[in-house]
Amino acid sequence: MIDKTTLWIVILLLGLGTFLIRFSFLGLIGDRTLPPWVLRHLRFTAVAVMPGLIAPMIVWPAATDGALDPARLLAALAAFAIGMALRSVVGAVLGGMGTLYLLQYLLG
Amino acid sequence: MTNPKSAFWTGFRDGAPFILVVAPFGLLFGVVATEAGLNLIETMSMTFLVIAGASQFTALALLQQEAPVFIVLLTALAVNLRMAMYSAALVPHLGAAPLKIRTFLAYCMVDQAFAISFKKYEEMPGMTLEQKVAYYFGAIAPIVPLWYGFSFLGAYAGAAIPPEFSLDFALPICFIALTAPMLRSFPHLVTALVSVILALALAWVPYSLGLIIAAIIAMIVGAETERRMEARTP
Repeated sequence: MIDKTTLWIVILLLGLGTFLIRFSFLGLIGDRTLPPWVLRHLRFTAVAVMPGLIAPMIVWPAATDGALDPARLLAALAAFAIGMALRSVVGAVLGGMGTLYLLQYLLG
Repeated sequence: MTNPKSAFWTGFRDGAPFILVVAPFGLLFGVVATEAGLNLIETMSMTFLVIAGASQFTALALLQQEAPVFIVLLTALAVNLRMAMYSAALVPHLGAAPLKIRTFLAYCMVDQAFAISFKKYEEMPGMTLEQKVAYYFGAIAPIVPLWYGFSFLGAYAGAAIPPEFSLDFALPICFIALTAPMLRSFPHLVTALVSVILALALAWVPYSLGLIIAAIIAMIVGAETERRMEARTP
């Protein structure tokens, strides 16, 4: 269970921090250009964080107390394949959850 | 697109297709947040104050793992750092707008709206400041209100979905769905792969710090791979 105080601190500070990131150049720093190497690294931040965040959730799912679950693993791979092939966020979600339900039904 | 009003509607038309992405995603955020134990007010506060899906999902995931506040914030903000780049890219186009407008522009800055606005400004250098601002708000209009609305619906409906639907897995699936289309180049693939391997290898590091280390190394490896590839092909 998420602690409520922690949750509200995160909501407020994440909101503020995200706003400041968005406002940074437009509002405060103005018309100054960033060095190319900084821009290059910024482009990779989301792709560097998100796969690492989900990998443990897929390999050690909380719902199975951390045991590798073939249905969840295959569903994750299906979502990934669909997302790569179709470049579609919605397609990947539907394909992944669809695969999970199908496998859970088949493997009973 | 001769006056601000028509610029607004051109932006609206260009932003409208993203309804198909934003609506289900907002819905899912509401559902996942409810699954994580957030009530309607908490879910909607997060949606209103943050309006950045990926970082909201990140924060939820780490909160569920009982990571320290500092780590939750650091990781979720790292997901949003790309928006500093958007902010910088918009300065030549919107930097001259009044502060009040720039504040609101910044609050509404989401991936899709940035992408279509920036593309438009580059394609049509003759646009006036007023037209550019109007176009941007036009692009936002079908996106941001729907993000609120569908999060609300998801939070409302989420409570009624039984555990047989394995919604615990909606969160990782969402992340995969968000990330896979981002892997458009070899350096992006390398980044993702390094991130996955190191995050698993460093899962033992306390306070979820392993993820931060993995992400920093993955980011550097990705940027360096791209730089070398560009150096080789002039």
